[in-house]
Order: sequence, then structure tokens, then C-alpha cells
Amino acid sequence: MDIATFLIQVLNGVQYGFMLFLVASGLTLVFGIMGIINLAHGAFYMFGAYVVYWLTDYTGSLTLGVLLGLPLVIVLGLVIERFAISYLYKRDHLYQVLLTYGLILILNEAQLEIWGTNFYSVPKPDLLSGSIPLTENLDYPVYRLFISVVCLAIVAALYLVIGRTRLGMMIRAGASDREMAQAMGINISRLFAIVFALGVALAAFSGMIGAPISSVFPGMGDQILIISFVVVVIGGIGSVKGAFIGAMVIGLADTFGKVLVPEFASIVIYAVMALVLLWRPQGLFGKA
Amino acid sequence: MSKPTTPGNSRRRFLAGAAATTGLVAASSFVPTRFAIGAKAPVKIGILLPYSGTYAMLGESITNGMKMRIEQAGGMLAGRAVEYVAIDSEMSVPKAPQNTKKLMSKEKADFIVGPVHSGIAAAMSKIVGARKSPIMIVPNAGHNGITGELCAPNIFRTSFSNWQPAFPGGKVMADDGHKTAVTISWKYGAGIQMMGAGKAAFEANGGKVIKEILMPFPDVEFQAYLSEIAALKPDAVFSFFSGGGAIKFVKDYAAAGLKETIPLYGPGFLTEGVSKAQGAAAEGIRTTLHYAANLDNPANKAFRAAYISAFGDKPGPNVFSVQGYDAGSLLLQGLAAVGGDTGATGDLIAAMESATFADSPRGFWKMSKAHNPIQDIYLREVKDGVNLVKGIAAKALEDPATGCKMG
Amino acid sequence: MTMSRPTMALLLAVLAGLFTFPFYGGEFYVEMMAEMMILGIFAMSLDLLIGFTGLISFGHAAFFGFAGYMLAIVTPESEPIAIWWALPVCLAAVAVAALVIGWFSVRTSGIYFIMITLAFAQMMYYYFNENQDLGGSDGKFISWDPMVAIGDWQLLDLSDLTTLYYVCFGSLIFVYLLLTVMLNAPFGQVIRGIRANENRTRALGFATFRYKLVSFVIAGTLAGFAGFLEAVRTDFANPAYLGWHESGLVMMFVILGGMGTLYGPALGALILGLLKSEMQDYIERVNLVMGFFVIAVVLFLPHGVAGLVERLGRPKATDDGEAAP
Repeated sequence: MDIATFLIQVLNGVQYGFMLFLVASGLTLVFGIMGIINLAHGAFYMFGAYVVYWLTDYTGSLTLGVLLGLPLVIVLGLVIERFAISYLYKRDHLYQVLLTYGLILILNEAQLEIWGTNFYSVPKPDLLSGSIPLTENLDYPVYRLFISVVCLAIVAALYLVIGRTRLGMMIRAGASDREMAQAMGINISRLFAIVFALGVALAAFSGMIGAPISSVFPGMGDQILIISFVVVVIGGIGSVKGAFIGAMVIGLADTFGKVLVPEFASIVIYAVMALVLLWRPQGLFGKA
Repeated sequence: MSKPTTPGNSRRRFLAGAAATTGLVAASSFVPTRFAIGAKAPVKIGILLPYSGTYAMLGESITNGMKMRIEQAGGMLAGRAVEYVAIDSEMSVPKAPQNTKKLMSKEKADFIVGPVHSGIAAAMSKIVGARKSPIMIVPNAGHNGITGELCAPNIFRTSFSNWQPAFPGGKVMADDGHKTAVTISWKYGAGIQMMGAGKAAFEANGGKVIKEILMPFPDVEFQAYLSEIAALKPDAVFSFFSGGGAIKFVKDYAAAGLKETIPLYGPGFLTEGVSKAQGAAAEGIRTTLHYAANLDNPANKAFRAAYISAFGDKPGPNVFSVQGYDAGSLLLQGLAAVGGDTGATGDLIAAMESATFADSPRGFWKMSKAHNPIQDIYLREVKDGVNLVKGIAAKALEDPATGCKMG
Repeated sequence: MTMSRPTMALLLAVLAGLFTFPFYGGEFYVEMMAEMMILGIFAMSLDLLIGFTGLISFGHAAFFGFAGYMLAIVTPESEPIAIWWALPVCLAAVAVAALVIGWFSVRTSGIYFIMITLAFAQMMYYYFNENQDLGGSDGKFISWDPMVAIGDWQLLDLSDLTTLYYVCFGSLIFVYLLLTVMLNAPFGQVIRGIRANENRTRALGFATFRYKLVSFVIAGTLAGFAGFLEAVRTDFANPAYLGWHESGLVMMFVILGGMGTLYGPALGALILGLLKSEMQDYIERVNLVMGFFVIAVVLFLPHGVAGLVERLGRPKATDDGEAAP
């Protein structure tokens, strides 16, 4: 591999990592702060993609689609938190797994009922539909770079919100000691509702922003669920920084696995996860 | 663009149809015995197709096509009413044996129509092929083995073998003057068989495959491979993906700027039923398949008009609904020949074997000895989101049926 | 584990019903029950991990599917293999796989254990999915059922449905009794101690790592036994049997049925299977109903179906019941 090709593959890996982080960020938030294993994360990702397809089709603009779609999925998140998730906070992880599995079944069927079985695509905004030449015959789509920028913005926003704001302070308090936070006058149930809705919004947002390159189809959520968990676990549960590093590790490992050891491309990310967990059983940035 | 139609519509519509048929049957059981002797029980058609998950569109299209064909013939098979029992295969291989047996021993289906997935097809054909009945009609799964080493008298296919659309594609690529190629697909049954056939034809006609990329199924992160292809600089790329993967591959390929210098070829599934979603990225891609939307024959035009008026245009008529439609034709012909007597298995099979499909939207075809279509494979090129016919890539192409000891 | 008397009576009635089932069940339901009993064994094996040892494995199907592949590999094309060879070889191979995976995995705990077992299972899944010599994603057929014979005298014909039914039934009871005996032995006390409080158990002088590993290997091997029976029933091996969907499904059986009760998970397999199969006949969107059903169980039946059985069997709750989750 010459140096140019190597650098291009690094770019591919990092960019894939950004997309993975986008998908996994909501998962690690809900996981780390609320202690909820949300298997339905992928289903929310799919819902985001369908909602943005639907709204973009009406309005003719991806931006409008995203802006109008986000409130819808936030409401969906709040409703689901209120009527299902909120009963699980004191229960074993296993029941969360079971309940959110039930949610997958319902959301998948709801998707088929609302939008049907067809495959759809969402056009890129004109402004971002160009490409940048990398080599004599290879271009790089501007939209992928845009996703990377959005991802960095979200990393920064999460950092600021959790580290610097009053909401973030309450979130951290709630995560480290639920009873104590409650005793200090923090409304934990409202706080958790907000966090869960935020997690749903992040999942759906990644589905929305990824829709122009991934296309929109039934069952698309199932495909990203496992890899999101891999990213979160490698990074250490609940750590935004960990999820970011985990996403980069998996993005690069997957890209170079495909190029260097193509026969084993499918197992590379799982091998990486197993190795990381053997080395650090709590993930790279997880609290022991 | 129009607003998305709720697909529930089309499914509910055919279910309503089924309910009406069942109602008819129920009513007939109250008629005095004198009539009941003349009236026969309905023909039972068990269906095992995906109605949920990524390939739900295929299940829906096939079912719609088949029911439409039978409805057009008066909704009866040789004077007998039809009862459909559909099971969602969920694309699950572990559930396949029990679902198949449910259709056989609980529902006592006379025919089983399915599946889409090759692994499920293998499981089903193992169970069905070991007995004399019921008769199984495969309306999609391309697994070469189903009409190869797994072939059986009571297994028919109305779609294609993986070899069929791929082999002529390799030849087209060589005929277009390309000397080197890279193949890329998923590392699973259909991908491996199609890439193998395409490579064989390309190399037999003077080309050379310089790299065969098989990526994990159903991974759709193509960037690493696209960069690799750019560095290898082949004359052409031969690929098979379907559904969401096909949309993304074609779009990513174009966005990487590769389409200008390295033309894309492949079996027609690359652009079939998804070329609208691919948009400009699909323009000019040349593929080979046993069907194309604008095939200039009256049967195709009538089929498309009827399909759109019955089920709308999302998803509109496509190769999958054609395969379902022809499964319906096969049932009509077979039962007509035996006067609706599903018990006459031997005669029924003989009739289905000699069935000819002059009214098929894909053009004339007939059954091979191994029960796979002998059909024309068309060369298509995408223009304005439509797969246009550019000619016939292979006339009356018959699958080699390697390993089939029948006939 | 201790069972109230009414529950015991109910269970005996169910057993009697199952024993006579082939006489009135009809071909389809007999075969279906055979499958449910195989899945029941599979679910009980996972209950040993989840309900008793406190190890939540998300890769349990790897052993189930691997056993099927082993049978496919050891069965020649030309003639059947004696079960006296096939079964020990398959189970030994599964046990070794479980030992290796367990050796690495039981060092972690909680969600990390869930994910590392998933990782190993996925690696095995992809190995079989991509190995073209074993049929790749289409799987591999098993040409012959194993032969159960002494010399020329055939004891059982496993291709006969009724025989297979009783073999599965017998196996279900055997595995249940085996696990019950094991769990009442000192070994069982220790692993339950680990589940309740691992540090305390370690402080008492037990090498908890070794106990957890042994539990993991036994559970894996029993899952392999279930997978062996399933391969005999369906005559083929396929990578999908090792996939995470299967691992998730069996986890559903355990939680839904009531973990830590052994019979609960087996019941869970039966109820989910029957419910879905029967509803298919009447309802178009079965999965929608299944989704609400699963959620209802979580919200209203905290101890699963077994918890309900116990509550009905014993109106006034006492303390010697289920191990609380």
C-alpha cells in the first residue's frame, strides 16, 4: 500500500468512526446515565431515517425535514419513557433487554404499517452534493465531510452540556447517586425522561443525517444495533469520550481489516472488542 | 413527488380478497349435499415469504403478482376456489423447517410458494423434495442447487438461478472491450455464485479478473473497497448487491467519482426496483436480467398497467412481481391440465414441466428438465431512472443444472 | 427450586399430557412439541447461567449451532454414524469451545460479559457463515440421522417422528433432573452464592472463577446437546443457528418463563412458540402483538410465567419461593 492509499484509508476509517459515534452517542448516554440497556436504539435510528424521508419528500428540503422531524421523535421518546421505560429503573438489566426487545417488534411493525416495504432514498442538499478530488480517479463526497463536522459539533455540545451546564450537573449527580440527587431536590424522573428523549433524538438524528448516503429501508435499524453496542462497550459504558475513541478504533479496525485481512473482515471488530475487554474488562474509559 | 402511500393498503387489499374467497368457501359448505358433491374443496396455496424486515418488499411484490394472475383468470384454479395461507418467513433459517411443516402437515397445502432467501430455500427443498407432494414453487431464491443437486420432481422455480443473470453479464463486459475487472459482492451464497458465473464468462471471452472482493453480509460500508478499486484501476467493475445495499453501493460508487472512469456492470438486481432511489448515480449502468421495465411486448404493458392500478407504484411492478405472476401462470396451467385434481401428482408435475409462458411480462419462456426457466436474459441500461432494454444478452438461456439427476 | 404442592401437581399433569401427546396431537403439533422441548433444553441450559450463576450470556446460541455443524461434519455422506460416536464427539467439541470462550469471558462481568460472549459467538457465526466447505451461508445438510443400535439391533429410529418426540421428551426430563441434582449439590450452593454476592463467596474460600467456568462449560455443553437434537430433527446445519437473533430468542425464553426456576424457561419456550404459531393463523401483524405481550410480561409478571404459576399455586406468598431477580 503506498502512502497516498494509506492516507485515504485512514480518512475512510476516521470518517466511518465519526458516523459510528453519531449512532452510538445516544446509546452510551442512556446506558451510562440511566443504566438502561436500550435494544430499541436501532429502531429509533430507523424511525429517524423514515421521518426525514417523509418530511423531506413533503418539504423538498433535508434541513426542514430534520428540523421538523426532531420534535416528532422527541415526543415519541417522551411517550415511550413515560409508558414503558420509567417502570424499569429499579429492575434488573434483563427486564430492560426484554422490554426494549418488545419495543423493537412494535416499532418495526409500525414502520411497515406507516411507510411500507419499499426502499427509499433521501437526496443530499445541493450545497453538499459535490465531491473533492483525492487522486486522479477517486473523489471524496463533501457530504461525508459534512457528517464528520456535525459529529464533532455533537461531541463538543455533549461535552459542554454535561460538563458545564446546570442540566449536565443534574445528569452527573443523577448518574452517580440517584437517591442522593433526589434528596437534593433534583426531580429524577423528569431528568431521566429528558435524558431518554435526548438519547432517542440522537439515534433518530443519526438516522436522519445518514439517510442521504445509507438509503431508507425496513430493518435498517437491526443492522446498526450490534455495532453500536460494540462501540459503546469498547469505549467504556457511559463515557462520551470513550464512545468517541471506541468509534474511531472500530472505524479504523473495520476499514483496515477489510483491506489487509479480507478473509477475516467480518470478525475483525469482534476480535478487537474481545481483546480490549480482556485487556481492560471495563472498556477503555469505563469506571471500574 | 406524491405523498408516500401506505403500503398497508395493498396488503390489506389482497387479504380482503382472500377473506372474500374464504367466505365463498364457507358459504359453499352450507349448500345441500347434492351440490357439495359437484363443488370441490378449494385449492390450498401455502406461502412462505418475508413480510417483515429488509426484504419485505420482495415478499409483497411476489404475493401481489401471483394473486393478480389468478384473479385475472377469474380467481379460480380449474374451477376450484383458492385459499391462501401466508406465513412471514422473517428471513429466519431456524424457523424455516417448522414453517414449512406447518404449511404441509397442519394446513395441508397443495402447493407451497416460497422463499426469497437461499438458506431457507435449501431447508425447504430438503423437506419438500424428500416427498412426492406438496409441489413447491420457488418465486425468487436463486441458489443454483435448488435446480441443481437438490432438484426434485416436485420443486419448480419461476425466477432464475444465480448463474443465469450473471453469466451473460460477464460476457457483455468483455464484449464492451474491457480487459480487466474487479468483482465485488457480499460473501454469501448468491454473491459467490453470481460473481463466479460472471468471472467465468468474462475470462472465457478474453478478460481477466484481477481481484475478487467479497465483503461480509450485510455490511454496507463500501469506502475502503472503493478506495482499493480506485488504486487497482481495472477497466470495469462487476458487482452484485440488492435492496438497500444496492442503493448505497451505486450511490457511493458514483460519489467516489469512479463511475466516470470505471464503468459498473452486474446482474440486474443492482438496479432493479431501486433505480429511482439511486437517482443520477445509476445513470448508464449496464446490467443483465431476465426482465426489464420497458420490454416491448403487450403482456408486459398490460401487466404493468394492471399492477399499478391494483397496488400503486410504491413499489411498482418489478422483476419480483413478474416472478410471482408467472408462479400464478404455472399454477393455472398445471391445474387446468388435470382438471383441478391436485391428487394426480404425477400428471400435475408433467403438466407443469411442459408449461410454456407465452403471456409472461418477461417474454416467452418455458421450463427446463431441472424445472428452472429457460429464458432470455436482457441487456439493460439505466436511463432517467428506468432500466431500458438494449438488446438480448443471451437467448433462451438454460442453467447448466450441475448435479441434477432428474430428467 | 422448592416447588409448592399445587405447582407440583400441575407439573405432573403437564408431564402426563406430554407423555400421551403423540396419540392425539397430530403430526404437526407432535413435531412442533419436539422442537419446543429442544428449545426448552436450550433455555434451561441458559438458565443455569442467567438464573443461577448470574452470568448473562448473549452468545449461547454459538454452542447450539456449533453442535449441529459437528454432527454435519462427523456424519459421512454414504452411511449413518453410530450415535455412540456422534454424540460424545459433538458434545466434547462443544465443551472444548465453551471452555476456551468461558476461560476468557468469565473474567468480565455485567454488561461486559454480555458483550464479550456476543463477540465470541459472532466470530463463530462468521466462521461458519463464510466457510464454503461447510456450505457457507446456505448451510450443510446432514445426510443421515445417527443410528441408535447395538450391533445389528436397531434400538431407535430417529427419523421416525414419534420416536424423536419421545427422545426429546426423555432428554428434557433428563436435563431437568440433572440440573436439579447439580444445583442441590454443594456446587449449586456455591454458584448461587456467586450470583448473590461474588465477593463474599470468594472470601469464604471458593475459587469463584473456577466455579463460574465450570458452570459455563456445563451450560454450553447442554446447549450443544439441544443443538444436536435440533440438527437430528431438521437434518441440516446453518450459521443462522449460531447468530445473535437465536441467542436473543433463548434469552427471551428464560426471562419470560421466569429465570432461576429451570422449568420456567422451558415453559417460556413453549408459550412463545405456541402463541406465535397459533396467532399467525388469525392475525396479520403477529410481531406487533408479540411486542405488546412481551412488554406486558415485563410490566405485570415480574417473575415471568413461572412466577405466575407459583402465585396461582400458592395464593399466600411465602418466602421460600423463587430466587428474586
